[in-house]
Amino acid sequence: MIAALLVMAGLAIVLGAALGFAAIKYKVEEDPIVEKIDAILPQTQCGQCGYPGCKPYAEAIASGKADINQCPPGGDEGARKLAELMGVEFKPLNAEFGEPKPKSVAVIDEAICIGCTLCIQACPVDAILGAAKQMHTVIAKECTGCELCIAPCPVDCITMEPIKETVSTWKWKYPIVELKAVS
Amino acid sequence: MSRTLYQFHGGVHPEEHKQVSTQLPIAIAPIPAQLIVPTRQHIGHPAKPCVSIGEYVQKGQIIAQADGYISAAIHAPSSGTVTHIGMHPMPHPSGLVDNAIVIATDGKDEWCERQPIDYRNLNASALRNRLRDMGIAGLGGAVFPSFIKLNPGVPQKVQTLLLNGGECEPWITCDDMTMRERATGIMAGVEIMRFMLRAETVIVGIEDNKPEAIIAMQQAAAQCQFPVEIAVIPTLYPSGGAKQMIKVITGKEVPSGGRSTDVGVATFNVGTAYAIHRAINHGEPLISRIVTVAGNVQQARNFDVLIGTPMNALVQLGQGHPAKVSGYVMGGPMMGIDLQRIDVPVVKATNCILVKSQTLFPPAPLAMPCIRCTRCADACPADLQPQELYWFARAKNFDKAQKYNLFDCIECGCCSYVCPSHIPLVQYYRYAKSEIAANLAEHKAADHARERHETRLARIEREKKERAEKLAQKAAAKPAAATSSDDPATAAKKAAIQAAIERAKANQATTQPPTEPS
Repeated sequence: MIAALLVMAGLAIVLGAALGFAAIKYKVEEDPIVEKIDAILPQTQCGQCGYPGCKPYAEAIASGKADINQCPPGGDEGARKLAELMGVEFKPLNAEFGEPKPKSVAVIDEAICIGCTLCIQACPVDAILGAAKQMHTVIAKECTGCELCIAPCPVDCITMEPIKETVSTWKWKYPIVELKAVS
Repeated sequence: MSRTLYQFHGGVHPEEHKQVSTQLPIAIAPIPAQLIVPTRQHIGHPAKPCVSIGEYVQKGQIIAQADGYISAAIHAPSSGTVTHIGMHPMPHPSGLVDNAIVIATDGKDEWCERQPIDYRNLNASALRNRLRDMGIAGLGGAVFPSFIKLNPGVPQKVQTLLLNGGECEPWITCDDMTMRERATGIMAGVEIMRFMLRAETVIVGIEDNKPEAIIAMQQAAAQCQFPVEIAVIPTLYPSGGAKQMIKVITGKEVPSGGRSTDVGVATFNVGTAYAIHRAINHGEPLISRIVTVAGNVQQARNFDVLIGTPMNALVQLGQGHPAKVSGYVMGGPMMGIDLQRIDVPVVKATNCILVKSQTLFPPAPLAMPCIRCTRCADACPADLQPQELYWFARAKNFDKAQKYNLFDCIECGCCSYVCPSHIPLVQYYRYAKSEIAANLAEHKAADHARERHETRLARIEREKKERAEKLAQKAAAKPAAATSSDDPATAAKKAAIQAAIERAKANQATTQPPTEPS
């Protein structure tokens, strides 16, 4: 009887120690849900969702403060992905926050630019090059098309130009195949 | 000595139609009035134009320089004046425009100074740079800059130099004719490539439906200073694919997602070898290539064509069309691309122009649903499961398609060829591949934007902190300096004003003209 108790107690201690060790050694970091949401967001940093950037919006979604359908650049496709990740019902894009637009880049009319640096301060990704009283220009490759530079410009010299399809960005279209009618 | 040959999985036997364009020798195509030379003719970065509008260029003069590592130079195919640098329609499935240099030819065909060099006097690196500046890119269809492939690697990765004379695609005979007529030149190119790669063995793989080419190449090989094996392989589409030919000749299989060099083989098209010979031994850059004109033409034939020749000018050399033209294809019927227009230029990748008619190339019958017969899987030379890939691509389930090795698909078209339901399978794979590539590019751009945004936020934070520190330092230093005055703030202000007044006075004294204005 005592032997059996001792064996059981011994087993409990050994297994408990093993489990305890494993819990520390193979500890799984808490699910980085914010990172996962941020990875889906398009990183335009436009603030149309009502938050000052994609990361704050991701944090708001993670904490349940914001809905999944507030990102116009991500569109319905992005909302669908977020719904899947968060395990909630898909909702189409909320038009209150804006309409999805074709991907564009900002272009500065260099003849009109007065070199006030206001757009440089507004650009979330440092895609505008220039200095005070010097002409500014947009580094097209870095521009996310967030339109944040347009409002601060005092002379309205910035316009958004949709990106044209080129030979290197062209994609094969989804084949539309006529099926033979079988009666 | 005959080599043991192996077999790749699958393959098909489409009708060859090769005899029609091998009846006549290669003809030199006339110089067109206008040459349209695109700057993007190779895989990688487009070349950078280095001539200006109105400039006179000589034949063979460099007009666009290689830009970046994976790039190659572009040369003027004939002498003339540059009339335009800008967008022009391209031989691309999209029919979109791309950058090109347009030359109005003067008909004199005046060469610039050609500098033949002895390759033995140059080291491998200098030779590679030379080939890049000579604009040499793979002429088998992929147009990958050859100089990159001609690097043996450290430690030596390549043991075998495999010359691909497979040319398995129906209708096309440009490699066949090149081997028949220019075998010695090809071997001279092989000699240079062998030297650059320090390859131990040299093998030329030719399909057994080209007996004349085999004889010509055997004769040329016999004249060589080094051993060259001509491997005659059975005709089976697509044995001209690099991976398939390696399998047939060496029995080795290139691993999924890998390259030929992973199994110690460097594969080159026979036309590329000839181009290398012209570039090194004659100093002539890649400004022309052999193009097959066949299909719905009176006289099918191979032409030695200047790069940049408008395709409509070339098609006219076929002396008319027996039937109504229903379209044009660049390449062959299995892998070629349908051209949206025919005023596009011949590029380094153009091996064939097929003129279509309803009778020769009837439109594909209407597709029927997939019945999962897996005939496509039996035919697939990459040993994939085309029917699964089709379902995944159709359902836009790209992750799954990638797991089923979509990117090992060589788009040879065997699956579509055998499909009893006539489903355009390759179109689905192309669609899925380009969507995946676009998604990847988008993700990369997003990651880049995130990084820039975060760096910016960190910078703003840092600047704020630095400013606060400076202010705190100033605030700490101030009381010590201003203790002498009753009111430190007013004293400092007064001093500042005084200093400004003095500065202004001094300024006035120096800037005032010596004589008083009236």
